[in-house]
Amino acid sequence: MQEEKSIIEVRHVSKFFGEKTALDDVTLNVKKGEFVTILGPSGCGKTTLLRLIAGFQTASEGEIKISGMEITQTPPHKRPVNTVFQKYALFPHLNVYDNIAFGLKLKKMPKQTIEKKVKSALKMVGMSDYEYRDVDSLSGGQQQRVAIARAIVNEPEVLLLDEPLAALDLKMRKDMQMELKEMHKRLGITFVYVTHDQEEALTLSDTIVVMSEGKIQQIGTPIDIYNEPINSFVANFIGESNILNGEMVHDRLVRFCNTEFECVDEGFGEHTPVDVVIRPEDLYIFPVSDLAQLRGVVQSSVFKGVHYEMTVLCDGYEFLVQDYHHFEVGAEVGLLVKPDDIHIMKKERVCNTFEGRVIDETHVEFLGCEFECAPLRNIQAGEEVWVEVGFDKVILQDNEEDGILTGEVKFILYKGDHYHLTVLSDWDENVFVDTNDVWDDGDRVGITIPAEAIRVIKKVDVGK
Amino acid sequence: MKRLILFLSSRKSWTLPYILFSAVFVVIPLLLIAVYAFTDDNGHLTFANFEKFFEHPEAINTFVYSIGIAIITTVVCIALGYPAAWILSNSKLNRSRAMIVLFILPMWVNILVRTLATVALFDFCSIPLGEGALIFGMVYNFIPFMIYPIYNTLQKMDQSYIEAAQDLGANPVQVFLRVVFPLSMPGVMSGVMMVFMPTISTFAIAELLTMNNIKLFGTTIQENINNSMWNYGVALSLIMLLLIAATSLFNTDDKDNSNEGGGLW
Repeated sequence: MQEEKSIIEVRHVSKFFGEKTALDDVTLNVKKGEFVTILGPSGCGKTTLLRLIAGFQTASEGEIKISGMEITQTPPHKRPVNTVFQKYALFPHLNVYDNIAFGLKLKKMPKQTIEKKVKSALKMVGMSDYEYRDVDSLSGGQQQRVAIARAIVNEPEVLLLDEPLAALDLKMRKDMQMELKEMHKRLGITFVYVTHDQEEALTLSDTIVVMSEGKIQQIGTPIDIYNEPINSFVANFIGESNILNGEMVHDRLVRFCNTEFECVDEGFGEHTPVDVVIRPEDLYIFPVSDLAQLRGVVQSSVFKGVHYEMTVLCDGYEFLVQDYHHFEVGAEVGLLVKPDDIHIMKKERVCNTFEGRVIDETHVEFLGCEFECAPLRNIQAGEEVWVEVGFDKVILQDNEEDGILTGEVKFILYKGDHYHLTVLSDWDENVFVDTNDVWDDGDRVGITIPAEAIRVIKKVDVGK
Repeated sequence: MKRLILFLSSRKSWTLPYILFSAVFVVIPLLLIAVYAFTDDNGHLTFANFEKFFEHPEAINTFVYSIGIAIITTVVCIALGYPAAWILSNSKLNRSRAMIVLFILPMWVNILVRTLATVALFDFCSIPLGEGALIFGMVYNFIPFMIYPIYNTLQKMDQSYIEAAQDLGANPVQVFLRVVFPLSMPGVMSGVMMVFMPTISTFAIAELLTMNNIKLFGTTIQENINNSMWNYGVALSLIMLLLIAATSLFNTDDKDNSNEGGGLW
């Protein structure tokens, strides 16, 4: 059923640039008339995906269909899509009229038809009197409107938009967002919109596709994505959130911050470690009373226009709270969260697991390096093994030379009382680290793993 | 006096050597040209030099012929240089930067040496020297000046213009004719300037490659000055200068405001 309505079908598409994987087995269906936003941080592959659909690059693997037609290898000028480019890409040697008429003239349409269409496209974007203006004389917002008119005048089945509002100032961006949504309604064509701005994605889309590191993390409506993020990356990227380590005591009861809370999630099993997500606006803050589930002290308070944003320290865990009421720094407060505002996510992993090989009784090789470990029993040299290392056992060093291997901090997640870092080692494997030290995205670090933290497990034991 | 000291102590004083240089080697010679052109042997004000030029069909013929040769050279340079520049700038066709150096390399050799070598080569292959050889020599000598600015504009051209054109349904030929070529015009214009101006005034290439059989305007000027016809020769130079000035005015008229023009200046 769903297949019939799909206008764009992306099947198991991967794209490699030399050694680098830009897209990793991406599968995506876009329904006709939908407003789909591909959302992710820079370098997550979202623009690459758009360029594959537009045809500026060809997929290394997989296939792409538009309206049921295989177009994986079709050159861009034969595809029924049009693109609005991030930097507009208006032809500087043509005026506004000729820019918009460019596509129509190539189709050898009669002059009167072209004129009519260009005029109505200009009217659509609210630029009626600008036909004969030089494109260089237009402001950024006006150029963007012309770029949109130039694309929609060709009546494509799909309009691709590559961060079209990124270069505009905030006020202009908000206005254009509303206009784009309005335009989408009136035209009834499919929009595929790429952005790194989560607020923009939530405002505009019917469906959001969250991407990270070349993979699709989650596909869903804005409300789904916001309320039920599938993993800690999505939760952290979409809106602000408190993400904490917790433990599912049993169905409908979760323990975090040394307190037990009722919740609505089931099926995680008993005593299972989980990630707990609480949106800052879902925490109620009030003077200490019996209602309080958590008690804490306000650490900071910032006025944000509509609400105050406060951090509250409860029993060693920091919570971000948004509320209309203001509490002074130092004030003792109580916090409360309703059961259905507690979102539970399965932990993707509870410790680092690497593939390794035993070298001798006290040495094991993994992550491309040799590590000393506690004496091994019952394991032969040369045997392939799994190596487990706790998140908090990995030591990061400022000085790259001090580490056994080096890497780069890729992703930082604040977990209330510590940071959970993803460090990409120079051998292209992720090492996950829990630490109290503050690191920045992109920091180069040395990585050391002490001998007693390395747990070596026979492959057969785990495999079964 | 105070002002002088103030000037000398300020950073502006650093411009002094350049001011002096351009005064001595540019401004004064130009003034001298103007003065000589409008005076006779005795230093009296006169238009006789120009009258002589316009009354002498021979001089006018050489003048027109020189312009003709310059135009042919320029057109041939565009016809050969544009595809070369395009291939060099296209990352699919040319992956090494060394290729560009190969094209620019002839500029490192002195023009006279190159021309003498061409003469020797023509002799060796028993190709008669003359008009054909002259145009060949001109093109050979000046084509790097055409390739380089065009290469520069093509190289710097924003790839998104090409993508936008493809996106709007242009096939590769249409992309070139409707977007790439028009956008590379500033480069072509600078190339034209770089080729047209020296070909009009050159005389060494003409002398060597035609065994002195074909006279270009530059040759006429040189002959007159060599024969101590200073005032007439200078008047002819002034006419040439005005022609070149006119072509460069034509160039800056082009509405490109600095950004895409990748010329040599």
